[in-house]
Amino acid sequence: MNLGKLCEIIDAEVICGENLEVIEIRSACGSDLMSDVLAFVKDQGVLLTGLVNLQVIRTAEMMDIHVIIFVRGKKPDAEMAAFAKEKQMVLLCTEYPMYTACGKLYAAGLSGGERYGCS
Amino acid sequence: MNDENKMKFHYIVDGEDFSVAGEVSSTVKKTLRQLGICPEILRKVAIAMYEGEINMVIHAHGGVIDVEISPEKIRFILDDNGPGIENIDLAMTEGYSTASDSIRTLGFGAGMGLPNMKKYTDEFYITSEVGRGTRVEMVVKIV
Repeated sequence: MNLGKLCEIIDAEVICGENLEVIEIRSACGSDLMSDVLAFVKDQGVLLTGLVNLQVIRTAEMMDIHVIIFVRGKKPDAEMAAFAKEKQMVLLCTEYPMYTACGKLYAAGLSGGERYGCS
Repeated sequence: MNDENKMKFHYIVDGEDFSVAGEVSSTVKKTLRQLGICPEILRKVAIAMYEGEINMVIHAHGGVIDVEISPEKIRFILDDNGPGIENIDLAMTEGYSTASDSIRTLGFGAGMGLPNMKKYTDEFYITSEVGRGTRVEMVVKIV
């Protein structure tokens, strides 16, 4: 699905990012543990997280993840937004909790990506 | 291997400011991208180096990272003068961590750092001495 559609599904507010409707998303992962994202995520989709600090953007940068969605009404501060812009990342936020946001996207057809441990 | 075929870089990791942790890994990733290294290799190096850099900041008050790029491989060495690791086998166990609660609230400290570094690299060597520091050498092959 394109990122514009994704925003509609989870009522996302755009913190930074442009031309969302031309960005195609194929998978997503949800985690508050950056160590797990580094260890287990195989695809470069979107990251849903309730963790709000600069290292979330760093982790996404290392993983080639270009879209971060903050759940539970969490919002990045201006420093984070500026850092994300510098890295050409899209930051969104939604009031939905993690489970609901992930569920809505999954129900709309967005895959969770490759399973850990599967070849 | 002729040294003329290698590019070498030296970086200092600031151990006092967690917000800049990852800056070296980001710089190296950018350099490798500019050299035309493929995304899959880039990602392996970036993740392994980032995990190591985070460890250096969390546990060892910083250190240095040396990177050597040749046509066949990328070799990087992380060196710190931190407290050292008493039991390397235990430290390499998934889930084992000595990170403080404050580090865990930042999303790290799950005990996946060293196992991840080994997983994403083709060669992984770690030595450590309590009271002197830790040295991790990793290689990611290009061809």
